[in-house]
Amino acid sequence: MALIRWLLAALLITTAMTTAMTLSSTALAGGIEVRDFDNPVQKERYRDLTSSMRCPLCENQAIGDSDAPISGDMRDRVYTLLQDGKSDTEIVSYMVQRFGEYILYNPRLENRTYLLWGIPIVLLLAGALLVVFLVRARRNASAASLSASERARLDELINRKRSQ
Amino acid sequence: MKRRLLLFLPLIAFLGLAAFFYYRLGMDPSYRDSALIKRDFPAFSASTLKDPERTVDESLLKGEVTLVNVWGEWCPACKQEMPQLLDLADRGIRMVGVNYRDTREKGRQFLHEYGDPFELNIFDPDGDLGFDLGVYGAPETFLVDADGVIRYHHTGYIAPDDVRDVIVPEVEKWR
Repeated sequence: MALIRWLLAALLITTAMTTAMTLSSTALAGGIEVRDFDNPVQKERYRDLTSSMRCPLCENQAIGDSDAPISGDMRDRVYTLLQDGKSDTEIVSYMVQRFGEYILYNPRLENRTYLLWGIPIVLLLAGALLVVFLVRARRNASAASLSASERARLDELINRKRSQ
Repeated sequence: MKRRLLLFLPLIAFLGLAAFFYYRLGMDPSYRDSALIKRDFPAFSASTLKDPERTVDESLLKGEVTLVNVWGEWCPACKQEMPQLLDLADRGIRMVGVNYRDTREKGRQFLHEYGDPFELNIFDPDGDLGFDLGVYGAPETFLVDADGVIRYHHTGYIAPDDVRDVIVPEVEKWR
């Protein structure tokens, strides 16, 4: 009886500790500040903006996902600018002016990035052209590449099959 | 025969790409130019580290080529960088500090302990000026020309070799 009571107590304590640890680690995780938004749209925009900008210090984390101090500063600034009624484009240019194009996961379409955005389209078109070209070449080749004797032999075979 | 040579195209493309990727592998992925090169030093208004009563603004940086060094007492690399900054000041280069995300107490203590190459220090406890400069980790150093335009940006620690090989030539270039 005493043993069971001990076991129960141990189980309870472990559960309580795990819960406490999980809770505290969620509270400490990056990008989770408690913020009040005027409306759900603004909240959604905040989420989109902070997940579309890259932390300048930690290379492959979005600022909404990073513990670096600079990411915290940038999240604060995004929030303030949203509260000031700035548009998404304005907020993005505000950040790019300070931290460079580097922070954009989706580089903007401009002189410097035409090649970047253009290459997939060019490759796709080239691929399509290649397929058309190959299909045509094959179609012509199958009919044209038989010599006279081969053609006679083919006819003979086809006729034999038919007469059977 | 000519058509058969075309079969080598994918191999050539592959080798080209491989060479390109290999070349990129050797480069520092964190390196990039500051977004502020060729732009005016951002407008600001702040007190100095020494004197809370004294307010300075961006006009402080006009008239002479200046190195602006962003530092904080909490930043270990800033301590290692101090001998190089003192050397630069000895060479007659005008140095201005930005005491970034620090307290006056700790900032002053730092200068007392490691030496003070700066003509003065802009006190930036909330990192507002740092943010406008696109600073994402101290130390960072900006070269500002006599017109107050940012001409060069050094991210991270200035090593002893960098003084002679990089910083001094850049300063000479804009004088």
